[in-house]
Amino acid sequence: MSEFLFLYRGADRGGSPEQLQQRMQKWTAWMKDLTAKGHMKDQGHPLERTGKRVKGKQKTVIDGPFAESKDLVGGYTLIEARDLEQAVELSKGCPIFEAETAVLEVRPIMIMNI
Amino acid sequence: MVATLTRIFGVHNLALAEDVVQDAFCRALEVWSFRGMPENPSAWLMATAKNRALDVLRRERTARVFAPELGRLLESEWTLAPVMEDLFAANAIKDDQLRMMFSCCHPRLPEEAQVALILHILCGFSIDEVAGAFVNTHAAMQKRITRAKKILAGSKRLFDVTLAAEFSARLPVVLRTLYLLFNEGYHGASPEAAVRAELCREAMRLVSILLDHPLGKTPATHALLALMCLNAARLPARIDSSGDLHALFDQDRSQWDRQLVGEGSRFLELSAAGSELTEYHVEAGIAAAHAQAARAEETDWKLIVSLYDTLMTLNPSPIVALNRAIAIAQDEGPERGLEEVQSMGDRDRLVAYPFYFAALGELELRCGNRETARRHFSAASAVARNPMERRFLSGRIAVCERDATP
Repeated sequence: MSEFLFLYRGADRGGSPEQLQQRMQKWTAWMKDLTAKGHMKDQGHPLERTGKRVKGKQKTVIDGPFAESKDLVGGYTLIEARDLEQAVELSKGCPIFEAETAVLEVRPIMIMNI
Repeated sequence: MVATLTRIFGVHNLALAEDVVQDAFCRALEVWSFRGMPENPSAWLMATAKNRALDVLRRERTARVFAPELGRLLESEWTLAPVMEDLFAANAIKDDQLRMMFSCCHPRLPEEAQVALILHILCGFSIDEVAGAFVNTHAAMQKRITRAKKILAGSKRLFDVTLAAEFSARLPVVLRTLYLLFNEGYHGASPEAAVRAELCREAMRLVSILLDHPLGKTPATHALLALMCLNAARLPARIDSSGDLHALFDQDRSQWDRQLVGEGSRFLELSAAGSELTEYHVEAGIAAAHAQAARAEETDWKLIVSLYDTLMTLNPSPIVALNRAIAIAQDEGPERGLEEVQSMGDRDRLVAYPFYFAALGELELRCGNRETARRHFSAASAVARNPMERRFLSGRIAVCERDATP
């Protein structure tokens, strides 16, 4: 098994308390399912929508990314899968896709093969 | 939480308070999606709301004015955190709910707007959910609530629950609003359901908060809670497990919540203090009379008729008159009941009320006039408001048609 990172972008936020609860239930169910099938390595965390960027040789500190930005990574999860193809298949069950703007990035973790 | 934050930010910052609460919810649910729900979610939410509030206070204290009464305490970093701790303490939170309840019963707001505001701000109902409770469109309810919030935010401060004269003056309005809220849940006209138990529960919860306050602990408040408990006790039989509506005569009384009946009776006794007699007292008395009968046949209808007579002097509404006529029918026979209905002054006000026609249908059926009864039940069905009512009425129509003489 190899490890893969799911990076979440463009998820729906906000809504009525009812909608928020339903959304939470769907995410919880999906994560539980991944865990039950032995794919969950680390549920991860949601990320605050502000931050800083430190750039270049000068290590210039600037604001960013910004909350409205399409690039904003909203959270991450670490999973285990047989290969990238399987990891992608597993990602398709994510409730994030209820949002038009959702983008789920799947990145293999680089490992040292002895 | 909105009530508590409005206390801290000041009523003119009501919108800010709502934003902070919304934000707290969003954050909480986002984290819980990843890491699972904590053991005590409401404590977690409170803590999150408090921290966001602290952020807002620190960030904006030069730009904004917050609650005038708290003024200096919020400005100084020394006092800010301890004051916030106090403001979020359990008893303070209950007081905030009371304050908000009274504030929502603003004299410039019509009754329906007061109830809508309480549902939205105190009970956390979304605009859609409040619209559903009142058979309004989302747009109409949005407008009503927005306008009501403006009026509320325009008051100089939240209602001061320590001023005895003002408290007592506004208490009847608050009681009436909570009564309407309960009624909405019990006799609801929502297109989905004939009964909305959660509205009844919210109403009961809010009256209990009233009772905790020395100025709120009046005979009328006790009577109101009595009537709510005694009526709510019948809910499990009013709508059965398949969602079907059952008339009082036809309910499985073993499903009645005996504990609620006990509590209702206790509050009814407490309400007998003093000399004040309100509609709530009488309605509670009627509900108690029903609760005491193990079977419909054992009901003391004479007592109930005399209670309705009293109720008519306090609140001569057509619905009360109708219920009185039904009670008379139970006591003296269906012909007498029909006489009473026909002599009602303002029957035309009931033309949109399905249970008016249903009552006529019931009485005609008992007199043996199946065809007339069937016509009344059909008229009822035409103004029925939800599938439960329609099913109930179809059932009665079927009874009229069954064994009909060929």
